[in-house]
Amino acid sequence: MYISMLRIRRFEEKVVELFAQGKIPGFVHSYIGEEAVAVGACSALEPTDYITSTHRGHGHLIAKGGDLKYMMAELYGKKTGYCKGKGGSMHIADVDLGILGANGIVGAGLPIATGAALSSYLQKNGRVALCFFSDGASNRGTFHESLNMASIWKLPVIFLCENNMYGISMPQRKGMAIDDVADRASAYGMPGIVIDGNDVIAVYEAVKEAVNKARSGGGPTLIEAKTARWRGHFEGDPQTYRTQDEIEEWKKKCPIRRFQERLIKAGILSEAKIRDIEEMIAREVEEAVRFAENSPYPEPEEALEDVYA
Amino acid sequence: MREITYAEAIREALREEMKRDDKVYICGEDVGRFGGCFGVTKGLWEEFGDDRVRDTPISETAIIGSAVGAAATGMRPVAEIMFCDFMGVAMDEITNQAAKMRYMFGGKVKLPMVIRTPVGGGLSAAAQHSQSLEAWFTHLPGLKVVMPSTPYDAKGLLKASIRDDNPVVFLEHKMLYGFKGPVPEEEYIIPLGVADIKREGKDLTIIATSLMVHKALDAASILEKDGFSVEVVDPRTLYPLDEEKILASVRKTHRAVVVHEAVERNGFGGEIVSIIMEKAFEYLDAPVKRVCGKNVPIPFSPPLERFVIPQVEDIIKAAKSIL
Repeated sequence: MYISMLRIRRFEEKVVELFAQGKIPGFVHSYIGEEAVAVGACSALEPTDYITSTHRGHGHLIAKGGDLKYMMAELYGKKTGYCKGKGGSMHIADVDLGILGANGIVGAGLPIATGAALSSYLQKNGRVALCFFSDGASNRGTFHESLNMASIWKLPVIFLCENNMYGISMPQRKGMAIDDVADRASAYGMPGIVIDGNDVIAVYEAVKEAVNKARSGGGPTLIEAKTARWRGHFEGDPQTYRTQDEIEEWKKKCPIRRFQERLIKAGILSEAKIRDIEEMIAREVEEAVRFAENSPYPEPEEALEDVYA
Repeated sequence: MREITYAEAIREALREEMKRDDKVYICGEDVGRFGGCFGVTKGLWEEFGDDRVRDTPISETAIIGSAVGAAATGMRPVAEIMFCDFMGVAMDEITNQAAKMRYMFGGKVKLPMVIRTPVGGGLSAAAQHSQSLEAWFTHLPGLKVVMPSTPYDAKGLLKASIRDDNPVVFLEHKMLYGFKGPVPEEEYIIPLGVADIKREGKDLTIIATSLMVHKALDAASILEKDGFSVEVVDPRTLYPLDEEKILASVRKTHRAVVVHEAVERNGFGGEIVSIIMEKAFEYLDAPVKRVCGKNVPIPFSPPLERFVIPQVEDIIKAAKSIL
């Protein structure tokens, strides 16, 4: 879990840097600060389980086993990327890894995860679907329709709200009249749990319990992980809607440092080991950048392929 | 050959495909014990049970969205939206998810799903229950769009749609559900993308869709008495579109009228006219005419509704103006 969180952090730092250099086209939504949610959640899943992701999807994909090389190549718009350069940052998917896609539409993953869970139920294959979404998405109709449908049908799905408190510039207190998104679970007859989204173990434990419940036919759970993104909604967002102090406060609660201290205290991690891990990840990220930069762009005519099966 | 209704033909297609492939399931509002708002799924719930004939809450977004998720993970959902007019409620799921997922993922996923929905006016159901919105869907690369006019076509095309690995929007005309026609007992499939010549002729081609095929055939019979030989071409699927059969007919007759119930403005008829202009202009002896719904919402009162939907006399008038 430590390695996975750090991999997300270093990958994202590199992506931010490359975007600033103009090497990555489009938009980039950094996940820095929220790593414990993706890693805690995906660690509680089996490789064959499904996830649906969001705009801010890089962390989810890496936590679910996404390959940095193919991810970076996709961010560059290269032919070797996960989606052959047709999806970009917001649409990376690897169905073989159970990743049913990041999504450019806020809240769109909720019914898709519900459908994947229905599919598992009908095929009796024991898989669960975990849906990452955000506080902002919980105001959309897709949230309410999906929770209701999943609950009446007792589908094996976990709705994991990454509450980072802002929908672009809209603070949660202006966008909803309640403090906890998890309160909404009671309207659909399912458990609603609030956890510290910066504590990877707390995320793991809550998700694990929900996964066990889902897999044994107990139906869906709504989990709300309180966390924060350190950077703007997208790269280039001037963040006029919050103070630097607020961001600094969250940086003090860094999920990676917190877990690192815990592991050191438990004698699992040492300074030497941390250095080795850092070096390994630096090499992985470097290799991913090299792979992306050395990969060819797709031929223009390839734009016409992959519309229909 | 035995004759069954359009609704029965659709039901047979559903039953046969569900029996053939346990990945096929139905979901939608009131499709279970109730048998669907127009009775199309009657009896299937008794035969296949709750799991495979799934009554949903009123949640068009989740009906289509869950079908996308299920299709991406190995199922073959057939979702019913009670009226085509409600497709707008789930338009993100149709436009940005179903139609785009395969492309955005670089071809790495298949979405074998069908959305069945009734279109059209004629029941005084007024503006929110009578539209023909096929042009919305043909405008979206990634979707296939099917619009059958007879029980035979409905059955064969629905079976092909269910077996297709792409999202298919299957538009059934609600005034055709009770329409009877010959349907063989034995299994058959009609491939998507093959138009049908519903009547042969040599002086004029009428290209008509859905219910309008029948009005075009009535118009053709009347025109025959005046000495005109009219060919009626039914594209059956709007995407993929059998351009060749349409163009071959126009090259033979040198005249064309395009008929559909949807409003004329930006309608699918404009697309057919453009194809004829681009690829068969030199064969034309007269301008191509359109006979379409008037550019207003569908009104409630029967004489008003009749006025805005194309009628046989409108088709005859358009045909005579270029013959």
